[in-house]
Amino acid sequence: MLEISDLAVARGNRALLEGFTLRLAPGDLALITGPNGAGKTSLLRVVAGLSQPAAGVVRWQARALLPGDPEYSQTRIYLGHQAGLQADLSVMENLRFLIELQNSEFRCEELAVCLGDLGLAGAEHVAVRALSAGQRRRVALARLQLTQASLWLLDEPLTNLDADGQALIAAWLGAHLRAGGIAMIASHAPLASSAPGRCVQVELGT
Amino acid sequence: MSSTAQAMLALARRDLKAALRRWGELGLPLMFFVIVVTLFPLGLAPERDLLGSIGPGVLWVAALLASLLALEGLFRSDMEDGSMEQLILSPQPLVLLALVKALTHWVLTGLPLVVLTPLVAQAFYLPANATWILMLALLLATPTLSLIGALAAALTASLRRGAGILGILVLPLALPLLVFGARATDLAVQGQSAAGPLYLLAALLALAMTLAPLAIAAALRISVD
Repeated sequence: MLEISDLAVARGNRALLEGFTLRLAPGDLALITGPNGAGKTSLLRVVAGLSQPAAGVVRWQARALLPGDPEYSQTRIYLGHQAGLQADLSVMENLRFLIELQNSEFRCEELAVCLGDLGLAGAEHVAVRALSAGQRRRVALARLQLTQASLWLLDEPLTNLDADGQALIAAWLGAHLRAGGIAMIASHAPLASSAPGRCVQVELGT
Repeated sequence: MSSTAQAMLALARRDLKAALRRWGELGLPLMFFVIVVTLFPLGLAPERDLLGSIGPGVLWVAALLASLLALEGLFRSDMEDGSMEQLILSPQPLVLLALVKALTHWVLTGLPLVVLTPLVAQAFYLPANATWILMLALLLATPTLSLIGALAAALTASLRRGAGILGILVLPLALPLLVFGARATDLAVQGQSAAGPLYLLAALLALAMTLAPLAIAAALRISVD
């Protein structure tokens, strides 16, 4: 259960959000839309714990979040604009590191299957430098499948993805929500998911 | 093995691998060190007494400047590609990850400098026992320098042109290292015991190891916010 109550987010001296309240139960999806500069990324960064809110609290499982909370860190995954992949390292080296950092167990077979789903079969040892922007985004998204995070915080996950890639992410999202996960997604493109739970549309900047 | 230790090892392994694939960047500060040090005997009169007396000071200043050159890249690639966000968001204590990053940086930049020292010390007619003391002093001082430098690099990580500020931040803090390091080498050249300044360098290292990671972690959080 993710509870955001009376949250105020500011960037510099500019207030982006005030009195923002949202409750997400297992299986719920929050789709955050709004024009550029409305505060979609800033909101996700506050919920992820990268930035501090100007006011208000974010609660996870009825506990207020503190910076660097290890339990929360293990259950949520945040994917921002930048993929978090080192260009000089291979796909496998990058993912293995990110997964071990998350305290999850890394399994080679699992990675091979996941890369196959992503249309990157056999690309384990290719340097990330040699991949296209869409392929890099796919590698970054592989973390969603390879870690057991119950809260997904995704910032424009569909950027650079083709139609197949977008359909695949929608399918993953549906499975995640059916398994009782929670997702908060900022996106311009409509995300069609066959989710059983609630889909909350949050429009910022209006 | 605990999961934190495993993640720390994974970070060290990743940083070493990534740095070795960009080995040209690693060689740059070392080349700078060797060139600056050899410029002095060429520019000054090649007299044994003169070079012997300025040698320790020159070697220390050159080592300080060379390590400054390597600092800029310490957090840059992590900031640019978003890895820093993932490090901060990970369940591992950021203080320990910061310590691993600073020490890995020392292995890549400080340690080769120490290994190169006996070679360049020859240019100043440094006696063998003084060279050993110099290496020992550098071995104690360069990790401290990496930790202080990592703090400055973390503070300036979000600035586009942080390199200039780095020098202004690091060099004043590195003054004690220069003073005790050059003194230890000087004493050894004169054939006296260098134990005093060496102990002080070791004390500074212990201080930096315990306090700097806390400050680096706080600075990284601010830089990413």
